[in-house]
Amino acid sequence: MQPDRQQQQQGIDVAVLVSIGRHPTTGRARRAEQDARGLELALAMEAELPGTRISVLHAGPQADDSESALRGYLGMGLESMTLLEQPAGSDAILSLVEHLAATAPQLVITGARAERGEGSGLLPYALAEHLGWPLVNSLASVEKVENGVVTLLQALPRGQRRRLKVRLPAIISVDEAAPVARQSAFGPARRATFAITPTTPEADSELAQWHLAPARKRPKRLKIVKAASARDRFKAAAKSEGKGGQVLADVTPEQGAEAIYKLLKEEDVLR
Amino acid sequence: MSEIIRRDPRREWIARNRLHPEYAAVLAALGVNRGGGAVSEWLGPNGVVRKDPRAIGFIGPNGVKRIDRSGLQQGGQATAASTAARDSRRTVTIDQPAFLVAVVPDLTGGRLSGHDKDLLGLARRVADADAEQPGAVVAILFGEHKGEGDGELKEQTLGEAGIDRVVHLDDEFYAGFSPEARLAALSAVEREMTPRFWLLPDSPLGGADLGRRLSLRLGERAATGVWQIEADHESPLGWRCTARGGAGSLDIQRPLPRVALVLAECAEPVDETRHAAEHLTLAASIPTTLSRIEDLGQVAVDPAGVALAEAEFILSGGNGVKQWDAFHHAAKVLGATEGASRVAVDDGFMARDRQVGATGTWVTARVYMAVGISGAIQHLQGIQRCDKVVAINLDPGCDIIKRADLAVIGDSTQILAALVAMVEQQRGGQRDAA
Repeated sequence: MQPDRQQQQQGIDVAVLVSIGRHPTTGRARRAEQDARGLELALAMEAELPGTRISVLHAGPQADDSESALRGYLGMGLESMTLLEQPAGSDAILSLVEHLAATAPQLVITGARAERGEGSGLLPYALAEHLGWPLVNSLASVEKVENGVVTLLQALPRGQRRRLKVRLPAIISVDEAAPVARQSAFGPARRATFAITPTTPEADSELAQWHLAPARKRPKRLKIVKAASARDRFKAAAKSEGKGGQVLADVTPEQGAEAIYKLLKEEDVLR
Repeated sequence: MSEIIRRDPRREWIARNRLHPEYAAVLAALGVNRGGGAVSEWLGPNGVVRKDPRAIGFIGPNGVKRIDRSGLQQGGQATAASTAARDSRRTVTIDQPAFLVAVVPDLTGGRLSGHDKDLLGLARRVADADAEQPGAVVAILFGEHKGEGDGELKEQTLGEAGIDRVVHLDDEFYAGFSPEARLAALSAVEREMTPRFWLLPDSPLGGADLGRRLSLRLGERAATGVWQIEADHESPLGWRCTARGGAGSLDIQRPLPRVALVLAECAEPVDETRHAAEHLTLAASIPTTLSRIEDLGQVAVDPAGVALAEAEFILSGGNGVKQWDAFHHAAKVLGATEGASRVAVDDGFMARDRQVGATGTWVTARVYMAVGISGAIQHLQGIQRCDKVVAINLDPGCDIIKRADLAVIGDSTQILAALVAMVEQQRGGQRDAA
């Protein structure tokens, strides 16, 4: 049994897809927040599951400012990363699919949305559709990997968590619910190397046709009062909408508690 | 006819004298008598409109006569006008739609959220753009729909949100995290009805995930984070949209594709019309797919660890709470996140980060339970976005009672104790049964 168990403990191949982020105030290139969290998740898996191999992938041009941003990931404790070289404005999906199909990692971790460009968050879904792998979004943590099945915790809104079992190979996308990324160390980041792989790029012609502009402030929604009479308009302006709920006066504590219990059951907040 | 107004001084004299036996008959002859009651307005001798303040108005609750000059009440026959004002929604039935707009609302907790209603408002805008050839809005609902009330009223909620057709899929394999089953169902809808547009909410509650899956399955490049649409004849589908991109730093203008994921407040919710909300069933059975994702259910999280701003269920204590140990115990048993009013925090019973209100945290709970909180305006501001508010208070006249959906007047300690006992008893019973 022992060697068999060791086989299981061998770990898996994890590919982490990283992009170049954009600092929200200065607009400078940096490591993207969500992608860094994804890499942090992979590094935590490596620490827990000895033998896990992490490969970091980035599809994009080779340039000075992007290199300094990418070194932000390398400084988290990596020796090298693969750069699928393609000019700016090319479609990253095709080259990533090609590379992933060739290298066949068991788990692909990506951030949910890019911080530059379209940032639609469609990339993980496109990869899942092209490769035919299951996809889990908004991951909080990886609990265990066993017999080709990974047990995950998915983050739900309102701080809730859901446990999922997913058959490998799979794609998981990470957003703000995942643990915060570790700091990037400068020295290791300088020493790390890039493995540059040329690709056959295809230009993203659709994106080139769209009109991109800095985000305008969205107009605030006005409270529109549609009233037939002055009385209604006055009421709407003077009073907040008091819906007039149910008031239980002169009841025993048990009756009151029962009414509350019924409401809590109805709203399904008691677990 | 001459235009000279003929006067009858005797009749006018009678019209001025309310006590005259012929008073009513004379008034009727002078003016237009509506509703059979006393006339309140008539044309005077010089062509000036005269009003009788005694003929209008109503007797107020204290036996004092009140006159409402807003125009709602005229001559004591107000009821018909006010009921018409209340039920002013136009009923719209679209029998032969020119095209379909499919909408998949989140239906969080079984109800249409504000985001869903905005989404349906946008769908209506797209469907009703051409008044001669209106489209129909098809809503695909997953899971139970609670609505407000039961039966017909429940359907009315859907109709009033602007839904013409409903495909309700309430099987158990759509519950929880089941993107593959839901996607199969949406693909079946696509094959059968071929809607012109698919609109979904770009929300973390499920719409964002499902919409992206759907768009890739249909081979479309979805527009995500759409917050504005305009008619545009140059676009293939006749609409142009503005979408947020690049982590909120860009506005992308592009032709509206078939699949769009829209943000909240993208359009005004429907409030003038009532639609049919007719139920449809899919003719073809939906193929059951072998899921590679298994949902093991929600994990119990420590409610104290959940951020107050995003907690789902908050038990909040104020000045009226006397036994704080019992309060903490109740929060633990109910599985609620603890909150507090400013007084409770100032008195040192709760930590500062637990304060709810204008100076503390603005909460968004689905159920907010206020125990011994009178409801200062700052506190009520903080709970504006809560769905249901439950208040336990000794004072029936305080402000939180007016805000609360359910208010229980009584001693908070006893009521909480009874509630805790009830919950524990129910849980114990369930465990025995299992």
